[in-house]
Formats: sequence, structure tokens, C-alpha cells
Amino acid sequence: MNGAEITQVFDYLLMVMLLAISIAVIRLQNLFAVVVLTGAYSLIAAAWFVSLSAADVAITEAAVGAGISTVLLLAAMLLTSREAKPTSAFRHWSALVVMTAAGAAVFYALGDLPVYGSADTPANTGVGMDYITRTPEEINIPNVVTAVLASYRGFDTMGEVFVVFAAGVGVALLLNLSGRGRREEGGE
Amino acid sequence: MLEILGDRFTYAVILVLMMVGLYAVIATGNLVKRMVGLSIFQTSVFLLYIATAKITGGAPAIFAYSDLAAGTIPDDAVYANPLPHVLILTAIVVGVATLAMGLALVVRIREVYGTIEDDELSEIDHDDELKKGV
Repeated sequence: MNGAEITQVFDYLLMVMLLAISIAVIRLQNLFAVVVLTGAYSLIAAAWFVSLSAADVAITEAAVGAGISTVLLLAAMLLTSREAKPTSAFRHWSALVVMTAAGAAVFYALGDLPVYGSADTPANTGVGMDYITRTPEEINIPNVVTAVLASYRGFDTMGEVFVVFAAGVGVALLLNLSGRGRREEGGE
Repeated sequence: MLEILGDRFTYAVILVLMMVGLYAVIATGNLVKRMVGLSIFQTSVFLLYIATAKITGGAPAIFAYSDLAAGTIPDDAVYANPLPHVLILTAIVVGVATLAMGLALVVRIREVYGTIEDDELSEIDHDDELKKGV
């Protein structure tokens, strides 16, 4: 087997692991197990990002998705409850119906997606490839993703910072982290 | 039919993962587990975007310093499309921000209602309305 085939086998292994974890998340009722499995899901997705040649995304997913998200979910779990109630039969079947309908719709559209790994798709021939040819002369740094993130699409990144700031303020206000203005709630 | 599926097998698996996430969002009444389902759904969408950027035999879009000093890249070099990578980098960080916001709401609901199961929440709301005499 050559390198590409070995990588493809690894991809299949990662897919099996992702499917197994997502089904385990649905079936488990212990929230601690669910949260830790979500961290594992993000980490395996990060490994797959490496194999899909998205190195920067893999680093971010491993740090933010598998790291910070898991810590946030663990904290929320500790502040709320450890066990989830089992799903009722009605909910299970109605969710299954919605899932099947949505799944049928996306699988109907699957045939219109370009062939996996082809270079001549609309998505892969447009502005993305233009960034690759322009970065050496215009920005002159090795990593094209960084060049696009910080320079060509700098406004996107600025908007992202605003969103993160707004979320931080929102969390602080919701949980009353400053501790001021906390009213006494005597006797319900 | 089989040929269509064979050429797009990776997409098909990712779509199945997305549907599993969708099921988790709808089926569970526990709000923390629902946020977990949402984050699984989200990660699968990221995978779908990155999979479209994959080009067979392509390297990550990072140049060698020697090529950079010359000011041009070799003609035969194949790189993955960097644009979806950038979009998903932004989406990952925004996703964590929204997750934090949602979890803060869940913690707040737990403080006020004492439960995070949505059927119990609607029962409590229903009883409150009855007490008020609506």
C-alpha cells in the first residue's frame, strides 16, 4: 500500500470511531460520560482534519473544540445535574421521523455534490486558489490560511472578535459574575 | 447509484453524523445533552466544509521558505483550498462562544427552576399559570 491508501484506511477508521461515539452519546444517560465522549469526538475530528490537509483547523479544533468546549460542558454539568432522564418513546419516534425526513433530503442532494477530492469543482477553482497564487507576492508569509485570516478577510476575524466579546458579556450578565445587585429571594 | 455513493462516500458518512447530531438535539429533554448534540451537529458541518476543500494529493497550503524567497510557488505544487479552512476557523471559535452562551442559559434555568429536563420545566410553567388563575 502506498501512503495515500494508508491515509484512506486511517480515514475509514476515524469515521467508524466518530459514528460509534455519536451513537454512544445518544444512548448514554450519564452526563459525565456524554461530555467526555464529546471531547473525544472533537479530538478525533481534529485528527481527521489533519488527514484532510487542514492543519490550522485541526489545531484550533483540538484546542478550542476538544479543550475549551469540554471544560465549559463539564462546568455546566457540575452546576446542573449528573444524569439525564431517558428519552420517552414518543420523543424517540418523532425525532426519528424528523431525522429520516431531513436525512432523505440531504441524501437526495448528495449526488449533486462534486466528487470527493477533485480539484476542478466550483468551490476549489474560485477565489480560494487565487489566494494561494497571490500570497507569496502580496503578503509574503508561508501560511496561506493565516494570510487570508488576518489580511484578506481581516474584517471577518474582527467580526468574530465582536461575537466572542458579546458572548463573554452575555455569559457574565446571565451568571451575574460581578456578584453585585444580587437580590435576596426569600421564601420563593 | 452505487457509483455516485462510492465517489462521495466521505460526504455520506459526514451527513449521517449530522443526522445523528440532529436526532440528539430533538430527542433529548435534558438541556446539557441537547447542547452536546448541537456541538456534534456543528462539528459534522465543519467536517463537511473541510472535506469539500480536500484535493487528492494536495498538501496543506503552507509554503517552504525557499519558494517564498523566490516569490513564486512551483507550478506542479498542489494545495488544498485554504478558503473553507479560514471560514471554519472562524466558525469553531464562534461555535464555542454560542456554546458558552447556551450553557450559561442552562445554568440560569437550573438556578430558577431546579431542573433542566424540559418536560418538568413545562410542567412547572403550567402549574404557575394555573396558580395565577389564567
